[in-house]
This record gives sequence, C-alpha cells and structure tokens, in this order.
Amino acid sequence: MARARTRSRLRARRSRMPESHPRPQRPPIVELRDATMVYPGGHVGLERVSISIDRGEFVFLVGPTGCGKSTFIKLLLRDLQPASGTVRVAGKDINDMSRSKVPQLRRRIGTVFQDFKLLPNRTVYDNVAYALQVIGTPRSEIKRQVPEILRMVGLGAKIHNYPDELSGGEQQRVSIARAFVSHPPLLLADEPTGNLDPETSIGIMQLLYRINRTGTTVVVVTHDREMVDKMRRRVIQLYDGRVIRDQAAGMYATDEDTSEFGARVRSELGVAEPDDLDDGGAVL
Amino acid sequence: MSRLTFFLSEAYRALRRNAAPSLAAIVTIAVTVLLIGVLVPVLDASGSKTDDVRSQLELKVFLFDDATNNEISNLQDKIGAIPHVENVEYVSPAAALKILEDRLEDKSLLDQLNSNPLPPAFNVKVDNPDNLESVQTALSPPDSAGKPQPISAAIDEIVTGEQTQQIREVTGAVKILLAVIAVLLAIASVFLVGNTIRLSIYARRREVEVMQLVGATNWFIRWPFVIEGLVVGLFGALIAVGILFLGKVTIVDPLSDNFALVENLNTISFGPLIAALVTGAMVVAALGSGVTLRRFLRI
Repeated sequence: MARARTRSRLRARRSRMPESHPRPQRPPIVELRDATMVYPGGHVGLERVSISIDRGEFVFLVGPTGCGKSTFIKLLLRDLQPASGTVRVAGKDINDMSRSKVPQLRRRIGTVFQDFKLLPNRTVYDNVAYALQVIGTPRSEIKRQVPEILRMVGLGAKIHNYPDELSGGEQQRVSIARAFVSHPPLLLADEPTGNLDPETSIGIMQLLYRINRTGTTVVVVTHDREMVDKMRRRVIQLYDGRVIRDQAAGMYATDEDTSEFGARVRSELGVAEPDDLDDGGAVL
Repeated sequence: MSRLTFFLSEAYRALRRNAAPSLAAIVTIAVTVLLIGVLVPVLDASGSKTDDVRSQLELKVFLFDDATNNEISNLQDKIGAIPHVENVEYVSPAAALKILEDRLEDKSLLDQLNSNPLPPAFNVKVDNPDNLESVQTALSPPDSAGKPQPISAAIDEIVTGEQTQQIREVTGAVKILLAVIAVLLAIASVFLVGNTIRLSIYARRREVEVMQLVGATNWFIRWPFVIEGLVVGLFGALIAVGILFLGKVTIVDPLSDNFALVENLNTISFGPLIAALVTGAMVVAALGSGVTLRRFLRI
C-alpha cells in the first residue's frame, strides 16, 4: 500500500511537469487520471478511471450498486486513497496532501448523502451553523448567513425544529443548506433522492440545479436512470469500476432558469406542479 | 476565546443531551474512586504496619557474666562500626531483670531467685531485616575450619529471634500481595473508566462522522470530548469523596477513639488523599475521552 502510494506520487510529479507552462485556463475542479482503487480483500472499486469535470458543470454519475460511485466520492473527500493514479481537486493532487490538511479540503467540498447525516439532537439552525462554526466563522456572520441559506432552501419557517420533526425532503434540504452554507466550489451529492418520492426528488434536484446556477460544480451520484435521462445533463456511467459512458455537453440548453428546469422535468416525468413553490425562488 | 466558549457550550450540550451515558460514566468513576479511596489507606496502613514489624527484628548478643566494663565498651564500638548496624543498645543484667519483671504476670516468681541469672547483652538493630545475616557473620566470622568464631572473647552467644526468618518471609509476602492488589486495582479502574467512556463515545460516532465531513480538525472535534471527560471525572470524584467523608466521620473517627490500632494507623491523611483522587479521576476521564476518540478520528 505504502509502495503504491509512493509510485502514485512519482507519477504525479512527472505529470506535473508540462504544467510549468502558463495555463490558458483554470484547472478542472475534479480530475481523476488512471485512478485505481482496490479494497483490502481484493474488490476493485475503480479501475484506471479518468474523469475530468470543469468548474460550473452539473454532472450525474450513474451505475448499479457496487460500480464504484461511492468509491469516487470517497476518493474526492480523501476518505480513501487510490492504489495508483492521481486525484486532483481544483488542480491540487490530494494524495500528496498531508493528513492535517484534509479538513481544509473537506471545507471546500459540500457533501449531501442519502441518509442526510443530520445531528438529531440539534435544531435545523444548529445543524447548519455547525458547518460554519467549524471553520471559525464569527457568530455575527453565522447569525446572518444561516437564516439566509435556510430561506433559500425553503425552510425559513422551520429554523428551530429538530430533524425528526421534518419530512424526508425537508431534512435533505437542511443537509443541502449545510453543505452549501460556506459556498464551496464543489458539491457532491450521493444518492440525494434515494429515500424520497418522485415529486420531492424533483424539488431536491431543482434546488441542486439552483445551486449549480450560482457557479458551484454539482456532482450527483444516483441510480435513478429515469430522472437522469429527463434532466439532460452530462452523465458519466460507471460499470464494474470502469467508465462505460460519458455523455457531455450539447444535450441541454445552458440558459434554462430554475423554474423552467423544474417545469420541464416535471412534465417529462409526468409529475404535477406543486402548489407550494419555494419561497426563495427569486433569490438566485 | 470564542473558541473556548464554543467548546464549553458543546461539552455542556453533550452532557445534557446524553444524560444516560454521562450518568453511567459518572457512576462508574464514583464507584472506582470510592474503591480506591478505601483501599489506598488500607493498603498503606497494612504496608506501614508490616514495616513496623520488620523494623523490630534485631540481633541479641549475649555476653559472659564476667565480661569487664572495658570489654563491653570496646565491643559496643566494634559492633556499631559494622555496616548496616543502626543502633547498639547495652542491656545490663539488672536492666534485663527489670524487663523480665515487667513481662511477668506473677512477679513472685522472681522472689524465688537468689541471684540475677540473666547475662549482660547487646540489642543490635539493623537498618534492614534482610541484612541480619551479614551482620551476624561480621560478629562471628568463620575460621579456617569453617567454624564461626566470635570477634570478642566476651561473646557467649549470638541469637536472632526464633521467628525472625518466619516474620521476614510473611511480611515480605504481604508486601508483594499489597503491591499486586494495588496494581490490579489501578489497571481495573483504567479499563472500567475507559470502557464506559468508549461506550458513550460510540453512541455518538455519527456526530464525529458529521464533524469530519464538514471539515472539523481532529482537535476541534476532540476538545469538547476532553472537557466533557474533565466534568464527568470531577462529578464522579466528588460523589465518591462525599461518601468517603461520610464514612470517615461515621465509622473511622469513632473507631479511632476506641482502638489504638486504628488510631496508630500511619497512613495518608484525608486532604491529600482527596486531592489526589479528584485530580486522578479528572485526568483519567479526560485522557480516556481524548484517547478513545482517536479510534473514531482516523481519516
């Protein structure tokens, strides 16, 4: 394992050489090059996967259970390290990063999970505020930003409720608010609609799309093929640890605004328009 | 500064929200501290009692009745110069008779004696009972034939108390036993407290996971747990000290008025004992929290 890491470091150094020339544009926000991940026990999570995601993109990562989707997320968070190959976030090789820098990396990546991962003994406000307290945001800033982000996700009225008093969709909105409150350049969502009904799912997707419109790169991992096909975004399909499809640009109109997006997806999925539109729709 | 208040409020929140595991930890620490608080003085007292018995072991050097004053004082200097000899006390026949008289219940027995049959003697105190033999050898080194020859013609006989060997063995065993009990108790306490803390942290591993997810540094996560450990340790120790104090007032103090044995206990006094217990409990609980958390903090 240690030897493999050294090898990947050497490779990283070699591949960095051409970069000494002035770069024409900012590096991709996510860049995997020949990343291979083998779990102890021999299961191959990813096999020589190369993926590049530019800033501002909205990308779906699809595939059946065990295809390597979660491995991809864990590599980006440096929960795992690849056996070989490089993983770069915002141009920085995160496998070269020292352990003490990992929290800094995670502050620049918002994460949303299927099971929300909210703290049950804290209110909605405290759950979101915690993400800011961790990075040392002054209390006055927290008091200003948290209600603002909660209004944006449509939970302005439930700020002092506890998570178990909220519906699944509302809990997921809290977790998105927590992930986005520090305005990270990258948002990873691992099966964000896995536990939710279709209508609620569209609302969540709409929220993620709205966040994407602010310039944040959004990567959504899902196995909801229908939703993905209707959304017309870039789709990366994994199977058995390999990329078998990467359908990118040209599939969708980039200037679609949030409500147009929601209306189109709803009509294509055959879901009725909801009566209670988010109150923060005009914010972005 | 705002960090500190944040950590304190986090620790307070955790204690209030996880009342059951916190209470379990407090009770565990209270019981452990109580156990140590009772056993430390007991072990300490039995240790010092053992030392007391051992220090009374001595050599007796009996002299011939016709030993001259000159011989006696020469010999006293000689014995005093032997290594490990702490004290040499001359007991004249008259003094010996007086001691015997004190010990006898029926003093009339002595009236039947025409003369004093007791020889003059030296009581030789040794710094450590283990050195009794070497001192004895120095008093009568073996000659070329291997037969012990006393260093002075005035010496009639050298006696180590009959039970010296036995007492030495028994007290030695007692000391080892006490040490083993103390070590086992210390190990058991650390494991007991550590395990309780591990359980209460295990119940909150999800919280730790979320903290790491939003980019909290390890120390940022750890501080509230350490503070919580300090508070839990403090409360547990205070409960135990309260019970100890009650026990001292209601049981030990009345006893020491009536029994010389309890009164003479040469053991650690209450104040330092309490200070040590409280500090120890807080340190162990805080360290326990911080160290246990390591298992959950691996990135």
